Amino acid sequence: MLTIDQATYDAIVAHAKRDHPDEACGIVAGPEGSDRPERFIEMINAAGSPTFYEFDSTDLLQLYKEMDANDEEPVVVYHSHTATEAYPSRTDIGLAMEPNAHYVLVSTREHGPDAGPVEFRSYRIVDGNVTEEEISIVATLS
Amino acid sequence: MAIEVKIPTILRTYTAGEKAVSAEGKTLSALIDDLEANHSGIKERLIDNGDLRRFVNVYINDEDVRFIGGLDAELKDGDQVVVLPAVAGGC
Repeated sequence: MLTIDQATYDAIVAHAKRDHPDEACGIVAGPEGSDRPERFIEMINAAGSPTFYEFDSTDLLQLYKEMDANDEEPVVVYHSHTATEAYPSRTDIGLAMEPNAHYVLVSTREHGPDAGPVEFRSYRIVDGNVTEEEISIVATLS
Repeated sequence: MAIEVKIPTILRTYTAGEKAVSAEGKTLSALIDDLEANHSGIKERLIDNGDLRRFVNVYINDEDVRFIGGLDAELKDGDQVVVLPAVAGGC
């Protein structure tokens, strides 16, 4: 199960809406092994595309060095789908390289950048196997 | 000649869980062969058809090797190499 606080949840949704129709992406880092998504980090989609996302390679290195220095890991890796459902595509599955992360998918296909609900789902992706998990949204992480 | 190579979580199965290992080589290509000699199977995760895999990033002293010669990029004692899988996907 993914436990996430309301402010982080809202920040992910806001990012997805803002970047629509391009895919938005980012991570939420947390202390290694804690499973606590504490530090929201919006990334630039270097692909700038409605059908693909990729962290810029320089940004990626900077991010991982920072996490390394803080003894953090990516607890959540999120991205948006802007015309399809919030389910990992074949490409998403093939490129999922963080076995400890919760992969969050947000779909903005229904309301785009406008107000209105989004699909927000979370998965584990390990060795090509996708397992959807429940999400618990809490006021603050306990 | 020793070069520190930082290994991402997904590849630590090849390094007995180590986050960083020491390897040798005058070029990235030679370094990867040396890694393979001690951590069998890791090369295939980095190289495909004789080139770096599209979604694996390798940095030498913070420079993406794609901009400094790829597999031919030169290495010297004390350099630091970081391997990071791309964070990418698409609908």
